[in-house]
Amino acid sequence: MGKIVGLTGDEVAAEAIRQINPDVVAAYPITPQTAIVQNFSQFVADGVVSTEMVRVESEHSAMSACIGAAAAGARAMTATSANGLALMWEICYIAASYRLPIVMPVVNRALSGPINIHCDHSDSMGARDSGWIQLYSENCQEVYDNLIQAMRIAENKEVLLPVMVTLDGFIISHAMERVEILEDEKVRQFIGKYKNPHSLLNIDNPVTWGPLDLYDYYFEHKRQQIEAMEKAGEVIQRVGKEFKEISGRSYNLMENYRLEGADLVVVAAGSTAGTVKAVVNELREEGIKAGLLKIRVFRPFPAQEISQALKNAEAVAVLDRCVSFGAQGGPIFLEVRSALFEEAKRVPVVNYIYGLGGRDIGIDEIKAVYKNLERIAQTKKIEKLVGYLGLRE
Amino acid sequence: MPSLKELSKKKELLSGGQRLCAGCGASIIVRQVLMAAEDPLVISCATGCLEVATTIYPFSAWRTPGIHCAFENSASTLSGVEAAYRSLKRQGRLDKTIKFIAFGGDGGTYDIGLQALSGALERGHNFLYVCYDNEAYMNTGIQRSSATPEGAATTTSPVGKVIPEGKQRPRKDLTQIVVAHNSPYVAQANPAYYNDLIKKVQKALNTEGPTFINILSPCPRGWRYESSQSIQIAKLATLTGFWPLYEVENGKYRITYLPRKRRPFREWLESQGRFKHLLSEKNKGIVERLEREVEEKEKKLLALAGEAPSSV
Repeated sequence: MGKIVGLTGDEVAAEAIRQINPDVVAAYPITPQTAIVQNFSQFVADGVVSTEMVRVESEHSAMSACIGAAAAGARAMTATSANGLALMWEICYIAASYRLPIVMPVVNRALSGPINIHCDHSDSMGARDSGWIQLYSENCQEVYDNLIQAMRIAENKEVLLPVMVTLDGFIISHAMERVEILEDEKVRQFIGKYKNPHSLLNIDNPVTWGPLDLYDYYFEHKRQQIEAMEKAGEVIQRVGKEFKEISGRSYNLMENYRLEGADLVVVAAGSTAGTVKAVVNELREEGIKAGLLKIRVFRPFPAQEISQALKNAEAVAVLDRCVSFGAQGGPIFLEVRSALFEEAKRVPVVNYIYGLGGRDIGIDEIKAVYKNLERIAQTKKIEKLVGYLGLRE
Repeated sequence: MPSLKELSKKKELLSGGQRLCAGCGASIIVRQVLMAAEDPLVISCATGCLEVATTIYPFSAWRTPGIHCAFENSASTLSGVEAAYRSLKRQGRLDKTIKFIAFGGDGGTYDIGLQALSGALERGHNFLYVCYDNEAYMNTGIQRSSATPEGAATTTSPVGKVIPEGKQRPRKDLTQIVVAHNSPYVAQANPAYYNDLIKKVQKALNTEGPTFINILSPCPRGWRYESSQSIQIAKLATLTGFWPLYEVENGKYRITYLPRKRRPFREWLESQGRFKHLLSEKNKGIVERLEREVEEKEKKLLALAGEAPSSV
């Protein structure tokens, strides 16, 4: 049997990494990810993992070392936040294009500037085109479960892509919650062994990683990456089903929360989904047909599944904890609205930008969102396409 | 040490047919370095001339495993490879002995990759870093780097009406920066002195910990000389005192080759088009200063090595 423990999001991430027992971890501390690196360093110091830990001098070197390690046939992991992710940006793209199954928790934090250490999704959302699979977590339990599943997804032969598992800075990373931890052995059996068939350490079969790839091949290689990302959706579902068998907890591309017969739907990712659930329960008590669609997998974006789930709604509000300057709305909004374009019935969709730089979001703000959705459903009119929650104007 | 004749019979790990320029110092250096290795090698390569000319997909000139990741991270990428090696070995999943060499030009080493190099040296990975120093960003078309010597004309330090001297700042002494990391073995080498170079590589590869060799790499395009003259030019760099050959083993300096009579520094300047403008009357003062600086540098080095100065 597994055990029930009280752990913060960072602690549970470190615990998942301990159970995965990677061959190499290369990481650099940054608030609010720091506790992951600290806790894991203790595991290394106590000899409870067989990991070679590389205490790099920057996140740029963290991702570079992960690439070197993974190309050498090792299971490699790191973790970061905000500016750290921005510093490894260049190398994140290279990890994905080399098809290296690196897994990385990203503790969501606002990108500078101005400098801010609190939660928003500008860091991971900015990396949405880097070729990484992205799994968003609502709470500590999901951080743990997503990390274990991420390893399997990344290393699947049809996928071979790096995976980011996100957790909201401070809100999840520093909040202690009840978490069910699986037995070490169960996790190890679930993730299995990793073998890179083109390891750099295979001296008898020398390979060159990362050659110059010009206009005669680059495009085809990008096409292969696109295909891997497309296949990932199916693999994520399959891994979710298998994970349920060992944990009892089920995972899909997204979570449909009280969506049956829901007229008014909010779409959200991360910890805010938990707050929305509380509001949905209240509204349902009052007889209002409210529902939530929680984004779990943002890359690959499950457009078909999402349009299926939303096509009968009367009005939809997408919450984005990130701004895409000069765009028509936040990144999740753009994807959701575009996914609904093919549906015969036109569903009105609005966008709310919220929580930038860690600005709190509460029950009242979300209730106001549903109120507005009610109005849109009645009048069939959108007065404001993009609004802001909890902002002084 | 095996003779050059014996070494030349070894299978070359960098094949011919790659696309480096005629007379390029980089391939001569890499071949000498690879020749020196006794154990299997895994290499990493920074973005630069060496990488783009030897690995154009679907071709590779490398007969030993290698990885190129980006421009500034040859050292950190190889850190990961070496960490994987140690991890798998410790776990009993690998039994071979493998040595690791990172290659980078002066751009990828002195400048954009300095942080990654410094980090890797401090962490103590067991690897050799070889800088092929051609004294400018040659791959992008001869732009100045911090290794470009004072007075050299490059495309970003051109000679002009108000700046008649080309590059206005002295070059960075990276070898000394690496020495300050307390690496167990640091050296400067020159492909014209292949015996010395090969010996240094063997020493470095047989030393536990992070080692570093800075190798002057003549570049016909960037230095502006006839491509058949590369080795002659390289030789002149040491004979004129511009590129002294020395090693620092556990903090102990040793000059590995000292010309009995140092050739006039002007010969070094006269040999290359990049210094042509310095020979004009108005740059006379700069040349005299550069000459004095070479002398000063040699004196300092001799003092560190505890040797008597050579005559001029």
